[in-house]
Amino acid sequence: MPLIEYRDALNQAFAEEIERDPNVVLIGEEVAQYDGAYKVTKGLWKKFGDKRVVDTPISEAAFIGMGIGAAMLGLRPVMELMFWSFATVAYDQIVNNAGQIRYMSGGLINCPIVIRGPANGGTSVGATHSHTPENWLAAIPGLKVVSAATAYDAKGLMKTAIRDNDPVMFMENTLLYGEKGEVPEEEYLIPLGKADVKREGTDITLIAHGRAALTALKAAELLAAEHDINAEVIDLRSIRPLDEDAILASVRKTHRAVCIEENKPFCGVGAQIAAMISEKAFDELDAPVLRVSALDAPAIYSPKLEARQLPRPTDIVEKVLSIC
Amino acid sequence: MGTAAKTKHTEDYAKAPINQKLTAEEKLKLLRGMIRVRRFEIEALRQYNGGKMGGFLHLYNGQESVAVGACSLMGDDDHVITAYRDHGHALAVGMHMNECMAELFGKATGCSKGKGGSMHFFAPDKNYWGGHGIVGGQTPLGLGLAYGLKYKGLKGAALCFLGDGAVNQGCFYESLNMAALFQLPVIYCIENNKYSMGTSLQRSSVIEHCLAQRAEAFCIDWAQAGGEDIYEVRAVTQKAIERAHNESKPTVLEFDTYRYYGHSVADAKHKGGYRKEDEIEKFKRDHDPIQVFKRRLIEEKLLTEEQYEAIDEESKAEAAAAAVFAEESPIPSEASIFEDVYFEVDRQTEAGRTGKHFFND
Repeated sequence: MPLIEYRDALNQAFAEEIERDPNVVLIGEEVAQYDGAYKVTKGLWKKFGDKRVVDTPISEAAFIGMGIGAAMLGLRPVMELMFWSFATVAYDQIVNNAGQIRYMSGGLINCPIVIRGPANGGTSVGATHSHTPENWLAAIPGLKVVSAATAYDAKGLMKTAIRDNDPVMFMENTLLYGEKGEVPEEEYLIPLGKADVKREGTDITLIAHGRAALTALKAAELLAAEHDINAEVIDLRSIRPLDEDAILASVRKTHRAVCIEENKPFCGVGAQIAAMISEKAFDELDAPVLRVSALDAPAIYSPKLEARQLPRPTDIVEKVLSIC
Repeated sequence: MGTAAKTKHTEDYAKAPINQKLTAEEKLKLLRGMIRVRRFEIEALRQYNGGKMGGFLHLYNGQESVAVGACSLMGDDDHVITAYRDHGHALAVGMHMNECMAELFGKATGCSKGKGGSMHFFAPDKNYWGGHGIVGGQTPLGLGLAYGLKYKGLKGAALCFLGDGAVNQGCFYESLNMAALFQLPVIYCIENNKYSMGTSLQRSSVIEHCLAQRAEAFCIDWAQAGGEDIYEVRAVTQKAIERAHNESKPTVLEFDTYRYYGHSVADAKHKGGYRKEDEIEKFKRDHDPIQVFKRRLIEEKLLTEEQYEAIDEESKAEAAAAAVFAEESPIPSEASIFEDVYFEVDRQTEAGRTGKHFFND
């Protein structure tokens, strides 16, 4: 199986879906002639031309809204936000228009749009560029939220997101764009709402998404090597819809759980899952559900300290040891 | 166009080609269209005061010529989107009074099944895309409709209405820039009723000649026109539609108009507060679009006072019947709260059956 970068996996997804459906169009800042700020759309403008790959001015509110209006009319726009942090500028369009149009029209209007881009800290760009808004957006009924940790997942989830008839907020990660992973040559899709058990284990369940899932895997290796603890790692892949069954099945097996995410803790994804586990599997638990999140302050610039602010494998190990 | 586009309202727009083409029947239909909007709003207000609906009610009385005139020009690939004062446009594109009144009552038979309310009427089958509550928020959507038309190779226009208050929202200017940059067939129609809620035009906007003139900053053609004469609205809008159809270019139009009621019915200060009562009376007396057009049609010997009364009575009865329909309609079921959130869930597709979409339990 070819080993390719996460960004190239996404690039393949776009190329395949552009070829498959004439209504798919990539729109965003620098996506066409510049090849993408992070080269995710490299070569696509050259291959598919002005109609299918479109550069925009720096006007997030207008171009995201434009994509939503075009989606209402039947296009399938794939909109790039250079950083998901810039969603704050387009929040009205995303939340009120993409998120509510189907409901407020009594189901008469669909919005088959994908809004995508990197959503991560850890790159020393300060708080304005380091937001991880998956929990903000997953709180909006009407939106779907996806987060890919690997090249394989990125491609399969993106293709599904583009074909989905609801608005999908797709979270990528600049720290992962260059990470290589196995991606099959033949076509495949990964359903939204299906978690992936990235490591099987018996003693504790680590629940994460995005890059935090990879951190959890590293923690699981440390736990096995140094503490004889066999952790199961569940990568949610999709936040909304959420694969509750996979989480509960794992907790029923391990009886312990830690939620890990690069979001801030308050009303984070882990908060939702911890509440869900305690409501639905309380009797299965041998310990309280714990969380490891980004430290609860704006993303700090100082490179050394920022690395401390995001969950590290050792933070997870420490949390696990407190209940195992 | 440039500054020359600021009109003095002296031209006889009845002579514009688009109006000369009108048959007697079509002219009466325009009049009836405006009266129906007026009567719908009056009945809606009566029902609102009777406690039949909640929330806001932004009435269109006084502005009828703009929506009815502009929408009368729509072809198969012309689309309309507007803000929260949306009842006039809804009826103008052909929505039925029943579905509109039922929506105000929050009933299951409403155009949005009782999920949208006054500010959120939609009829995509009639190329009507709402009905949007956030001031200016619809302006990028109008841009997107135009983008979709161009992408699909259709010869159409997206008429995006906005109020004079909305011109000060940032996304409107971003949209103007992109409309000009991408050469999109969008027509921004500013309905200048002089007040953004309780703040007058003079207190909210910097103006040299008019608001539409701001389009010059984006090299977009613009025109300012009187809104009270439906012939003028049609003549000016038609030029913009032709520009959209034939050149795929945007236009910004501004219509002078006036609302008789407050920003919404909850706006107690509109009379004698931020505007004087005699100002309202003056507009009603001298600039009422229905009366202006009625006089025109009587002059043209196409209408008698009796016929006018008959149309008014029919419209009044239609609005009253719509209120009965709304009253007698069922409220939406509790289960419907979770319908129309996600397409895939509603259709129970494989995607809709995978994972948890709602988190009530």
